[in-house]
Amino acid sequence: MSLVVASRSYADFTPEATFDIKKVDLHRLEEGPPLTATLTREEGLKYYRTMQTIRRMELKADQLYKQKIIRGFCHLYDGQEACAVGIEGGITLSDHLITAYRAHGYTLTRGGTVREIMAELTGRRGGIAKGKGGSMHMYTKNFYGGNGIVGAQVPLGAGVALACKYLGNDQLCVSLYGDGAANQGQIFETYNMSSLWKLPIIFICENNQYAMGTSVERSAASTEYYKRGDYIPGIRVDGMDVLCVREATKFAAAHCRSGKGPILMELQTYRYHGHSMSDPGVSYRTREEIQEVRSKSDPISMLKDRMLSNNMASIEELKEIDIAVRKEIEDAAQFATTDPEPPLDDLCSHIFANDQPFEVRGATPWTKLTSTS
Amino acid sequence: SSARPLQRLSIVLLRKVNVRDALNQAMDEELERDEKVFLLGEEVAQYDGAYKVSRGLWKKYGDKRIIDTPITEMGFAGIAVGAAFAGLRPICEFMTWNFSMQAIDQVINSAAKTYYMSAGAQPVPIVFRGPNGSSAGVAAQHSQCFAAWYGHCPGLKVVSPWNSEDARGLLKAAIRDNNPVVFLENELMYGVPFDLSEEVMHKDFVLPIGKAKVERQGTHITLVSHSRCVGFCLDAAAVLAKEGVECEVVNLRTIRPLDVETIEASVMKTGHLVTVEGGWPQYGVGAEICARIMEGPAFNYLDAPAVRVTGVDIPMPYAKILEDHSVPQIKDIIFTVKKVLNM
Repeated sequence: MSLVVASRSYADFTPEATFDIKKVDLHRLEEGPPLTATLTREEGLKYYRTMQTIRRMELKADQLYKQKIIRGFCHLYDGQEACAVGIEGGITLSDHLITAYRAHGYTLTRGGTVREIMAELTGRRGGIAKGKGGSMHMYTKNFYGGNGIVGAQVPLGAGVALACKYLGNDQLCVSLYGDGAANQGQIFETYNMSSLWKLPIIFICENNQYAMGTSVERSAASTEYYKRGDYIPGIRVDGMDVLCVREATKFAAAHCRSGKGPILMELQTYRYHGHSMSDPGVSYRTREEIQEVRSKSDPISMLKDRMLSNNMASIEELKEIDIAVRKEIEDAAQFATTDPEPPLDDLCSHIFANDQPFEVRGATPWTKLTSTS
Repeated sequence: SSARPLQRLSIVLLRKVNVRDALNQAMDEELERDEKVFLLGEEVAQYDGAYKVSRGLWKKYGDKRIIDTPITEMGFAGIAVGAAFAGLRPICEFMTWNFSMQAIDQVINSAAKTYYMSAGAQPVPIVFRGPNGSSAGVAAQHSQCFAAWYGHCPGLKVVSPWNSEDARGLLKAAIRDNNPVVFLENELMYGVPFDLSEEVMHKDFVLPIGKAKVERQGTHITLVSHSRCVGFCLDAAAVLAKEGVECEVVNLRTIRPLDVETIEASVMKTGHLVTVEGGWPQYGVGAEICARIMEGPAFNYLDAPAVRVTGVDIPMPYAKILEDHSVPQIKDIIFTVKKVLNM
C-alpha cells in the first residue's frame, strides 16, 4: 500500500471558515440558532473522519451480516452520520445521551471503539458488552444504549436529566427517538413531566421519513415533529448538515443549561439502508429516492465539498483519512471475526450487581450454574 | 404442647408498630442516610401517600426528594429507572401493583435486564413498591397479585413482607440493594400492629433478601406462605394444634430468589407440604415451590403429594360473600392440611 503524501504544507490551508447554514423552523421560540457556523480545519477533519468511520463501519457490518457472521438485529446508520457527529459537537462527554436501536454511530461518538462495537455485533468476548448485549445494547460512560423497546428510552433519558438536576452538575441529557417512536404515549408523558419539573433534557427526533416500512404520512396525523411537544419549544433542523446539527445542538444545550427546561429538536435525515438488515428498504420507497438523497444530500460529501472549496484540506489528505479509516475498520473486522466467543462461565454472570455469587438453574434440574456480579 | 427450652429472664423493650409505620420509618431512615435516595409516585408528597405510607416525608424532605407525579405510570417508572442509571437511588411507588402493568416494560426491559445486557457496566439501584394482591371490596381490576409475574423474571429481586419486622428490614435492605427490587406490600396489613424489639428498631437493621423465616416450628406438616397469608397459616396452625397437629409455618419473605433450602429442610423434617398464597393457582408461586421440591432432595421425604392453597381462579368479584370465597380462608388451610395428612 503506497502512502499518499500531501503535496502542500499545512500552512497553506485555511485554518477556519464561516459557512451559511439553513435557517431552522421555530416553534414557540423568538430566535433560533445562528445562520452561520464557523468551522476550524481541525474540527472539519475530525468530523470528516468520524462520519467516515461510522459510514465504513456500518457498511462493513452489512457485509458481515450477509456472511452470517453478524446475526439477529442489525439497524444501520449510514446516511444519518451528521446527526450523531453534529450532536456530539454541541455537547461534551460529561453530558449524557440515550437513543434507540440504531445506535452504532452513537456508541462510537460517545467513546466506544470500532473494535469493541464490531466485536459486540459478532458476539465475541471483546465486544463492548462482552457479547451479552448485541447490536441494540451497547453502553459507554454517560451513554445509556442502545434500547430495543421503541420509545422506552425517552422517559429513561428524562430520568437521567432528573439526576443531572438533582445533583446540580450542570449536565444535560440528550434523548433521541425516531419518527415512528414519536407517536408513543410514553413520550408525551415524558414531555409533560420534563416540562413540569424543568428537566435539562434535549428531545431529539431523528426523522428519517420511515418507521420500518411506514412513511411519516401514513403514521402521523401531524408530521411536524418539532411541534409535537406542544408547550415545549422546538426547532426543525437539516439533519444532513453536520454544521446545522451542531449549531442547533449548541443552541438547545444553552437553553437547557439556563434552567428553562426541555427543548425539542427535529433532525430531518435519511437512512440509506432499510430499517434493518432484514429489510431491503425498497418495497415502501423508490430506489430513485434513495439515489437522489445520496447524490444531493450526503452528509460526508457535503462536508468534504465545503472543506475542499474553502481550501481547508486537500483531496490527498482526505484520501489519507479514508485509507486510515478503511484500515481501522479492517483491523476491527479482523478482530471481530477472530476473537473468541464469550466463555460459557459467563453465561449467568451479571444478573445482580455487588452480590455474592449464587446458583442459577440451568436447562435441567441437575444443571447448576453460577452467577457472579 | 411441644417442649420449649427455658428462656433466660431478660427485659426486652418492645414497641407496637404497624406495617404502615414500619414502612414509613424505613423510608425516612434511608432518605436521611443517603442523599441519593428519593421517592416518586402518585400522591406520595402532599397527600402523604394514597395509603399514608409516606406520611410526613414531604414535610421533612421537600419537593426535591419526595416527588408527586402525574398519573402516567409508564413515563414516571421510566424516569425512575433512568435516574437509577445515572446514579440516584429512586423508590418508585405504584399506587397499587395493578397499575404497574402500564409500566411493566420499564420494570422488566429497562430495569431488570440492563445489568446483564451491559455485561455489568450499568447497575440499576431502584426499588418499585406498593400494595399488591387482594384488598377489600375493590373488585377485579384492583385486586391482582403480581408475585408470580415478577417472580418469573431474572434480574429482579422480588420481596413480599408479612409483618412489621419484615416490612422494615426488607425495605431497608431493598433500598440499600444495588439492584432492581420489586417490593410487594399488602394494603390489609398496613394497619396491623406488631411488637418490634430494640434490635429491629435500630437504624441499620436490615433483613437479608432471599432468606425465608420459620415463624412457627412444627413436626407434622410444612406450610409455606408469603404476605398476609402467613398470618392465616399461623391462625390455622393454632387451631390444628388443639387437635394435635403441629404445623411448621415458613414465611417466604422473598419470592425471588426463592429460599428453597429452608423449605427443603422443613419438608425433610415434616414429610408434608402445603403452599398457601393469595394469587391465582396457574403458574403461581405455589406451583414453583412444588416443582422445586419434586426436583430436589426433599421429594424422597414426602409422604404425600405437595399441594397448593390459592386464590380462586377467577377475576375478583365485588359482593362481600363472593369476595370472601375468592381468597384462601383459614378453614381452607385447615381442610387441606387434614387432607394431606389423611385425617
